[in-house]
Amino acid sequence: MGAILTVQSDAGRRRIEELLQQHEEHVLKRWLEIAATTPGGHTDRGDMTARLTEIYQALRQSFLGSGDTSDLRGLLAELSRSRARQGFAPTETANVVFGLKQAVFELIEGDGDTEGLKGFIWFSRTIDDLGLFTFESYATAREKIILDQAEQLLELSTPVVKLWEGIVAVPLIGTLDSARTQVVMEKLLQTLVETGSEHAVIDITGVPAVDTQVAQHLLKTVVAARLMGAECVISGIRPQIAHTIVTLGIEFGDIVTKASLADALAYTLRQSGVQVTKGRGTRVTVRTEEGD
Amino acid sequence: MTSPGEQLLPINSNGDVVLVRQQVRAVAIQAGLSLVDQTKVVTAASELARNALVYAGGGQVKIEVVRNGVRSGLRLTFSDDGPGIPDIEQALTDGWTTGGGLGLGLSGSRRLVDEFDLQSAPGEGTLVTVTKWSR
Amino acid sequence: MERVPILKLGDILIVSIQIDLEDQSVLALQEDLADKIVATGARGVIIDITAVEIVDSFIGRMFATIASISRMLDAETVVVGMRPAVAITLVELGLSLGGVRTALNLEKGVALLNHLDGAQIAAARR
Repeated sequence: MGAILTVQSDAGRRRIEELLQQHEEHVLKRWLEIAATTPGGHTDRGDMTARLTEIYQALRQSFLGSGDTSDLRGLLAELSRSRARQGFAPTETANVVFGLKQAVFELIEGDGDTEGLKGFIWFSRTIDDLGLFTFESYATAREKIILDQAEQLLELSTPVVKLWEGIVAVPLIGTLDSARTQVVMEKLLQTLVETGSEHAVIDITGVPAVDTQVAQHLLKTVVAARLMGAECVISGIRPQIAHTIVTLGIEFGDIVTKASLADALAYTLRQSGVQVTKGRGTRVTVRTEEGD
Repeated sequence: MTSPGEQLLPINSNGDVVLVRQQVRAVAIQAGLSLVDQTKVVTAASELARNALVYAGGGQVKIEVVRNGVRSGLRLTFSDDGPGIPDIEQALTDGWTTGGGLGLGLSGSRRLVDEFDLQSAPGEGTLVTVTKWSR
Repeated sequence: MERVPILKLGDILIVSIQIDLEDQSVLALQEDLADKIVATGARGVIIDITAVEIVDSFIGRMFATIASISRMLDAETVVVGMRPAVAITLVELGLSLGGVRTALNLEKGVALLNHLDGAQIAAARR
């Protein structure tokens, strides 16, 4: 029974392949007309004609021999991408592809061709797959854009600033998640190397809360900086965060913490042998002491 | 049989361990891993390759690129026909060693990767599969 | 197996690791360094790992061993130029390199050794 079905559908399939070959010009013309009736299908007629002709050829190629669909899928992905860029919904792109079914069906219906009708079931399924594939390409492209943007946002939100010769700081603002903390910390360590800075201040005044993972990342960064030969000070720990850290049982050990960024700066200046003195009036003068 | 994206490397000498590191680095770059993630997975590979060499007298590693939606990653499968590990729980504890090392090979490499699977029994060799995904 | 060359500059020995370290090279370096410290009477050792792309537990342990050995031979060891990715990985691996001094680069490593030396002399005078 299964074998008979296969033979029948094979015959039907061959019939469709014949039709696609014999009536290429007609089917293609009809497909273009149908595609043009979908929203936005008429925007760039020339471009659409070229693309659909290519896809038609690739589809016929894929029916021959090895059944390799990589060319076809490449063209469909390209169609999906280009239409997405023009602002079309993925459904509209899929509808363009589905239009081919109608074009072929009209041809079979006109002939009253039974063999062709049987094959049409198979053909329809193939085109459905291809339509869904354009949808999938659209989703993948979108997802990639979102990922790229998230990455760019991370880059933007992580400034490492130089406070003094040999002292850099990262003022962290907003909610810290694990990924962002890692990016900031990598950037901080990289800056230490590039600027030859032996002191870093991580200021978390603008951070409303931390979880265990973020606290761990901060801690690991301080340890990593030490391995590289630099010292970190953490400043601006809010009472709630101090509470969280202690409650979570995270050991901050001998890591230097300061109440404010100003305190941290004063501390690191002292550590690097810079003396800050308050002159007469309110002026503040600073001088560097050679050696220490 | 290996597919085009896969490669199989032997681990029979100290020189092979270095080759494994270099090859893992190359494939990690290909899989789009960040510099830190590359370094982590290469370090884990170095630990696991040395383990296969020291405890089992040699083995092999399969290096492949894997995909999960838009994320790609690197999967390493270390296998050997050595004596196997009687107590896996213990072997994964920090500081536990029978080879005179620091005891960070297995437990440390587990922390360096995203997925870690260890299969072993006495007399049946050891199979370690680790995966690192791009962020 | 490749051997890592040891350079002498004044009373400091400088080792710059430029190759992909094989375990045998690591062990050879440990021995060579101990011999060289005794032979030259060096008071400081600098291991430059600027070019090193990974440090696993075996290589990490070498730093600690070299530091201990050289301290016994009256020399201080400084590891310089560790890359950020390597440092992050070592922390994750669980290796703390206790007892090993570090500096950002060769220049700062030399300064650290001189500083330690000066502090020793000052302490001796007191």
